[in-house]
Amino acid sequence: MTALILSPNITTPDDFYADLIAAHEGLSDEESDAFNARLILILANHIGDQDVLNEALNTAR
Amino acid sequence: MVQDRYALAFKLYPYQQSPDQTAETPARHPVVVVGGGPIGLAMALDLGRQGVPVVVLDDHEGIGMGSRAICFAKRTLEIAERYGCSGPMLEKGVIWNVGKVFQDDRQVFEFNLLPEEGHANPAFINLQQPYFEKFIFEQIQAEQAKGAPVEVRGKNRLDSIETHTDCTVLTVTTPDGPYTLEADWVIGCDGASSPLREMMGLEFDGRVFQDSFLIADIRMKSDEFPTERWFWFEPHFKSGASTLLHRQPDDVWRVDFQIGWDADRAEEMKEENIRKRLDAMFGDDVEYDMVWSSIYTFQCRRLEKFRHNRVIFAGDAAHQVSPFGARGANSGMQDVDNLGWKLGMVIKGQAPATLLDSYDDERIYGADENILNSTRSTDFITPKSEISHTFRNAVLKLAERHAFARPLVNSGRLSVPCVYDTSPLNGPDELPGGPAQSRVGSPCKDAPVKDGFLLQSLGDEFVLLSINAEMSDLPEVDGIPLRHVTISTDDDPSGALSERYLGTAASAVYLIRPDQHVAARWPSFDPTKVSAALLKICGKD
Repeated sequence: MTALILSPNITTPDDFYADLIAAHEGLSDEESDAFNARLILILANHIGDQDVLNEALNTAR
Repeated sequence: MVQDRYALAFKLYPYQQSPDQTAETPARHPVVVVGGGPIGLAMALDLGRQGVPVVVLDDHEGIGMGSRAICFAKRTLEIAERYGCSGPMLEKGVIWNVGKVFQDDRQVFEFNLLPEEGHANPAFINLQQPYFEKFIFEQIQAEQAKGAPVEVRGKNRLDSIETHTDCTVLTVTTPDGPYTLEADWVIGCDGASSPLREMMGLEFDGRVFQDSFLIADIRMKSDEFPTERWFWFEPHFKSGASTLLHRQPDDVWRVDFQIGWDADRAEEMKEENIRKRLDAMFGDDVEYDMVWSSIYTFQCRRLEKFRHNRVIFAGDAAHQVSPFGARGANSGMQDVDNLGWKLGMVIKGQAPATLLDSYDDERIYGADENILNSTRSTDFITPKSEISHTFRNAVLKLAERHAFARPLVNSGRLSVPCVYDTSPLNGPDELPGGPAQSRVGSPCKDAPVKDGFLLQSLGDEFVLLSINAEMSDLPEVDGIPLRHVTISTDDDPSGALSERYLGTAASAVYLIRPDQHVAARWPSFDPTKVSAALLKICGKD
């Protein structure tokens, strides 16, 4: 079973973070929330594995 | 009149009348440096050591009060070592490695700069800027005593500049009135608000950050705080939206409070109000004296070009960054390091003036890297939207327990030297198995060799470094001296040299520039290839 990766796994973290914040630029609070929801669903689909997704849900709590 | 704009920490170069002031025709100088801050003085020192006559114009008679820049990086210390003045900096400076990041009343994580073994200089020292400048000035005096043609003119304020194709004409005001002098080259090192830049009508655009910071330097006898960089996001003591605590020499601590864009400067600068913030942070029973305080706002911006024919800008006059990451003075020193040998060669007729365009290529590349990094740190520290704030705090929360979030925490990405990956001066990178860390364009990494260190043996000429490679004589190329440094891996007991310069290669030949950046590398010595690479650097190919 694949486990949820909690060690650093993003090659260029500063680039990713800047892109993430930039993606929200100009959005209202409501639009940002909706954007985040879509983003989570897209990433969840990419992960696929239900055990990993449950582990992620628990980690975020 | 030349009015003082600030109080002095050290009066070092009192006004003296120069013969230029009464000359019938304006005196002509090869180089005039405008501004006697750390970058201007270092520029003069670099050129003076090469025997190039330099006049520094400064509108004060010494070094201004206030700690200002306090973090000096390894690369800066390596440059200072080459200039002969790193000794007193290391002796006076505070060496630190550990940083802690807090949010509210919780520690988010701790980092250690974990300095790699086998370097003569530490990763960072903290040292008040006036000391840094004073040590450079004292080295200028030592060089003057040996005949270096450097002159620092106090209370000489540049008032106007006329630029011509073949020279510049400067009007300077002194306590004895104005005079005119001419210069082949003018180096603008007159700081972030550069009057020279204004006189030339050059645009200096970029991003303004809508926040202000209050610096309080305090003297405190306390064993409670270790020599570490402590950074709080949204601290529980509520003295600022973020707060930084960092030790300097003389039992002085730098405290930096983020106080918001709308802060009332006059009100915030009152000692009683600064003490309120400090007491909330330290508790009422900690005794301290106020040493210096200041409120600053900042921008990230640069000139479109640093070289404007015969006028060249360096340091804050050319580019400005936010203070997070210690990328101000440290990048200015890299400007000097880059420009010094190039200008020296042009003035001595060893290279065409077009070589100076590579200063623009390389240092604009460096400035953009610094602006990018310091902008990102600033965006993390002072989130500019609600969602950015939410993500920031989510990162901090997760970083407490999960390693993956820690690389996302950005309280400043500390200054590392620029690798000139795209420089037009770069020669062939033809060492199969050679490590990426010493690729062409990178600054040479130090390593212990024989009884000393590699960088000390490189000095500030063009060097051909051979490791386990057969060499034959090539003392100069087209009149440019080339010094050979030959090292065998028998002289590398720690293995650091092999790791940093050989990788999996059995032997290597490195062509190294006077600023100790790698210009080319091969597995063996080929005089034709070395000559071609050297001529390319000097713009003679």
